[in-house]
Amino acid sequence: MTAVRTAPVTATPPADQPPVPPDRRRVPYLLLLPGLLWLAVFFVVPLFTLVSTSLQTGSLEEGYALTFSWSTYGGVWTTYGRQLLRSFCYAGSATVLALLIGYPLAYAIAFKAQRWRNVMLVLVVAPFFTSFLLRTLAWKIVLADDGWVVGTLQAVGLVSDTGRLLATPAAVVLGLTYNFLPFMVLPLYASLEKMDPLLLEAASDLHATPMTAFRTVTWPLSLPGVVAGTLLTFIPAAGDYVNVQFLGTPTSQMIGNVIESRFLTVLDYPAAAALSITVMAAVLVLVLAYVRRVGARELL
Amino acid sequence: MPERAGQQHGPRDLRLVGLRKAFGSAVAVDDLSLTIPAGSFFALLGPSGCGKTTTLRMVAGLEIPTAGQVLLGDEDITRRRPYERPVNTVFQSYALFPHLSVEENVAFGLRRRGRKDVKGVVAEMLALVELAGFGRRRPGQLSGGQQQRVAVARALINEPEVLLLDEPLGALDLKLRRQMQLELKRIQTSVGSTFVHVTHDQEEAMTMADTIAVMNAGLVEQLGSPRELYERPASRYVANFLGQSNCLDGSVVATQGDETLVEVHGVRLLVPGRLGPPGSPASLGVRPEKARALPWDAALPADSAVRDPALRNAIPGTVTDVSFTGLSTQYVVRTAWGEDLGVFSQNAGGEAPVLRGDTVVVAWRPEHTFPLAPASVVAEEAAEQPLPRPAVPPTMAPLGS
Ligand SMILES: Nc1ncnc2c1ncn2[C@@H]1O[C@H](COP(=O)(O)OP(=O)(O)O)[C@@H](O)[C@H]1O
Ligand SMILES: [Mg+2]
Repeated sequence: MTAVRTAPVTATPPADQPPVPPDRRRVPYLLLLPGLLWLAVFFVVPLFTLVSTSLQTGSLEEGYALTFSWSTYGGVWTTYGRQLLRSFCYAGSATVLALLIGYPLAYAIAFKAQRWRNVMLVLVVAPFFTSFLLRTLAWKIVLADDGWVVGTLQAVGLVSDTGRLLATPAAVVLGLTYNFLPFMVLPLYASLEKMDPLLLEAASDLHATPMTAFRTVTWPLSLPGVVAGTLLTFIPAAGDYVNVQFLGTPTSQMIGNVIESRFLTVLDYPAAAALSITVMAAVLVLVLAYVRRVGARELL
Repeated sequence: MPERAGQQHGPRDLRLVGLRKAFGSAVAVDDLSLTIPAGSFFALLGPSGCGKTTTLRMVAGLEIPTAGQVLLGDEDITRRRPYERPVNTVFQSYALFPHLSVEENVAFGLRRRGRKDVKGVVAEMLALVELAGFGRRRPGQLSGGQQQRVAVARALINEPEVLLLDEPLGALDLKLRRQMQLELKRIQTSVGSTFVHVTHDQEEAMTMADTIAVMNAGLVEQLGSPRELYERPASRYVANFLGQSNCLDGSVVATQGDETLVEVHGVRLLVPGRLGPPGSPASLGVRPEKARALPWDAALPADSAVRDPALRNAIPGTVTDVSFTGLSTQYVVRTAWGEDLGVFSQNAGGEAPVLRGDTVVVAWRPEHTFPLAPASVVAEEAAEQPLPRPAVPPTMAPLGS
């Protein structure tokens, strides 16, 4: 910091300050220990196993052996590139939808709900009280061909008389949106709730119309929530396979379905592992590009 | 400084007409009528919770009045949106945009009105509030005093017809506060906008304002120049809110020309002005620094009191407390009927020293006496007010507060 007359002086601590006692210095490390252990056992070790599995070759009958061959990776790209792309498209659409639905909702809870605020927050989280699988199955009923949603849409003419929702990409995206909406709403709410409403009055006082005030004050201040919410929605949605299974078709599989069947049905472990790592890397690259683009690194 | 944007009219007075604001059953501002002359430095002075912020918010458009009007000249702006008013506010808590640099905070208002070439003006404004070189920082990286100056710059750069300042100096330490008071006064003189300055600090209001309105529980108690308010407070409330006063209750004996003779517990005192027919209740006050405490024998050699106007108003009593503050000595004198009177005596030398326990006479010139609204009326008014009043004892604020 430059030395400025009125700026608070952040000088080095005075020399006569007593040194931190050794056992005090150990405290942060002790506090970190459980977390680090957890990560080591349940993240680092499995990751190593996964990488080493992906470098095995062989067949189910003869058994797989570690050969440090990267050949599996090349095959994975060419064979399953389409599913990977589709996953990102579905997850991206679901994220955008969730943002469009979640932002007004979070805004309303933060600024307009007043004494209903806690009730509304509980309602947002309420779906978590039922199992993920059950909720997705319920959507199968909601979107059924003879259900009221399709019936209404047909009556309005948005869906042709023979048209359907179930087993379409739209159903999968809707299911993903529904399932991950709370992950969008909660961080958005947290960042909006922190905002001082007086800032909007100040913007208004400084000749900003409500729209401009939103664009120049509310939106930028909620960006950390937007980034957190979109990541928390996009990442699990991109790896999801349940929604396609219940609401989609076998021909429109997402990458999660492929990995699941490689691991559990075909038992092609190296390919499944390579696929997992590829997805992880791709998501990581996307996320980094996105976060860099939004410039939210300093905000987070 | 560039010409004021889009202003086709001359200077316009700000007028509040019968302004009232109720939050549910609580009345924050009650039938407030004020005319604030264009280009003046106007102070709204009152204790916390008396409705100052609410008044400003109604002028800014952030609060819709329950009744009454806000006028600029002849134009009714009561229901205009805040962003359409030629009014800007320095908020009590600054309300700086934390995600914008100091420069962008200051440029905010200009940008909203479509100004492109803001760089020069912003730099000029930052220099004016002595923050040149701080433009790139975020508000969070500034001290409270610096943030406060950003808030002033951010409002002032729009060259509003009316600038509203809501206790803008509250967070500053005494030294910076004095400095900013002078600075704001200087800026106001050079810009020529109308400044409406809200404060609960009577000294601040007195040093800065051309006109002060003393507010109490949603009402304006008295309006005037600092000197008028100090020399001629109209009520006990004002008399004790601006400095300290000795207030006495009695009844009218007779009117003598332009003066009235009032009897207080058997002591006859002369008060300027006509206070009503004989027998009617009357209250009066005198500032402690206008009174002297004289030893009994020195003050009353026979009938000299009648001749010496400096001793014309005199009340005997006993000194119960003497405190030496360096600049002055403060005495508390208890009258025969048990009321305490304060006397500040400058340490100019020459006066005979008075000690605790001495019998003295508290004396002052009749023209230094001010008539007050009779105590009974004030007490009734006070009883009707649901909002809190300041903890000032009815006769005198504690000395040395
Ligand atoms: N939004 C509000 N809702 C309810 N009461 C309020 C509101 N704003 C202010 N008040 C009340 O109005 C009175 C005046 O408040 P305010 O104008 O902020 O006073 P000051 O600025 O003089 O301290 C206070 O009693 C306060 O509690
Ligand atoms: Mg206030």
